[in-house]
Amino acid sequence: MADTILKELTLKVWRQKDAKSKGGFETYKVHNISTGTSFLEMLDILNEQLVSENKEPVAFDHDCREGICGTCSLFIDGRAHGPDDDVTTCQLHMRRFKEGATITIEPWRCGAFPVIKDLIVDRKAYDKILQAGGYVSVNTGGIPDANAIPISNDNAEEAMDAAACIGCGACAATCKNSSAMLFVAAKVSQLALLPQGKIEAARRAKAMVAKMDELGFGNCTNTGACEAECPKSISIEHIARLNREFLKAKLKD
Amino acid sequence: MSNFLSSSIGKKVIMSLSGLFLIAFLCVHLTLNLFLIFDNSGELFNHGANFMATNPVIKIVEPILAIGFIIHIIWASILTLQNQKARPIKYAQRNQSQNATWASRNMYILGGLVLVFLVIHIYNFWWNIKVTGNLEAVVVDGVEMENTYLLVSSLFKSSIVYCGLYIAGAILLGLHLTHGFWSAFQSVGFSNDIWRKRLSALGYIFAVIIAVGFSIIPLYFMAGLGN
Repeated sequence: MADTILKELTLKVWRQKDAKSKGGFETYKVHNISTGTSFLEMLDILNEQLVSENKEPVAFDHDCREGICGTCSLFIDGRAHGPDDDVTTCQLHMRRFKEGATITIEPWRCGAFPVIKDLIVDRKAYDKILQAGGYVSVNTGGIPDANAIPISNDNAEEAMDAAACIGCGACAATCKNSSAMLFVAAKVSQLALLPQGKIEAARRAKAMVAKMDELGFGNCTNTGACEAECPKSISIEHIARLNREFLKAKLKD
Repeated sequence: MSNFLSSSIGKKVIMSLSGLFLIAFLCVHLTLNLFLIFDNSGELFNHGANFMATNPVIKIVEPILAIGFIIHIIWASILTLQNQKARPIKYAQRNQSQNATWASRNMYILGGLVLVFLVIHIYNFWWNIKVTGNLEAVVVDGVEMENTYLLVSSLFKSSIVYCGLYIAGAILLGLHLTHGFWSAFQSVGFSNDIWRKRLSALGYIFAVIIAVGFSIIPLYFMAGLGN
């Protein structure tokens, strides 16, 4: 499929000077965008244009640009990571947009992810949840033999599916309740399924849920929007496991 | 256990358990109501209603049921308020129809409308039976009891507006259940990728049974089939 050229696109972009300023939408036009251009490259083209006009470029998060680092965000036309399923914003291409389209670009909106500048939000809340218990405590010593601990194939696969989480924040950003349950569930699940992580499973579930609540994320109402928008299509079955792990831990108290 | 009830998952467990309790109540309620259309002399329904009114176990369950409703409503309000607060600045553009069902996104509104219906419903029947209490007496199989069948049939025959209201109530309740049923299991952790499909299918079937089952009764009297 040969790339075509989108002659004109209208971009409605959220601009905000810093965390304390009140932001607002600015409208820009970009011209002659190839459909093979990625969404972030299109924003690069916009920024080149703004710089040449002596205007401040739009600040947005990006790093690997191949869908594995979880740095890019953006709420595009009302959806986290844009209209495509199972991709991050950096994997979204302009062939998904029509000639003359108006594209609305907003930062993640979530009380626990405050806007720092333009389209960049502070996602340290997810780091704080991880620091509360999203790890396996390891004593120093010799490296154990990999085959010494048997793990069933099903558990290994499920743990790997959960571990695909890149912590981009799309789950909380898209959730109507701003709930971080899919993120927390993926992290709890990935470790609870494996023998190394099982030992601390109860403490981990309690600590991570407590931190999530403390940081002001909302309550999960099982709409499944997180799973639909997750670039790694992590299933909400992990949320059911988190609920089980949490209940088990609390009943033991 | 102390902070369990204040945690987000604890609150969802309360919603789930009270919801499942109300679902169990709906099953009993619908079964009894269907007596209305299986015997148009009204004897079967009057028997059932009299049993429910006089059985000591039901007398104990009745206040528990009221508490179940109250808990479900209060916790839903707490959760909704907290969830509203979790996003102080709203999106300018949202496209939620692409990622979640309408019912799942509007459970509080659906629940609120069901509550409005419930208040009218309680006034129509429970209030008239228990508080006003001036029902005609009827003798069924030698036992004197209140003629609740007449109360129901005269209400539905009196006005098409009431029939419409009860059908609307049943449909709203059905919609609430399309999400509520499987969600109750998910919240207590009883779900995985296989059971989720089973539970949501079962939830849809249950929602249809409830919506159709309760709608049949006003339709039956509207069609002039009852006494």
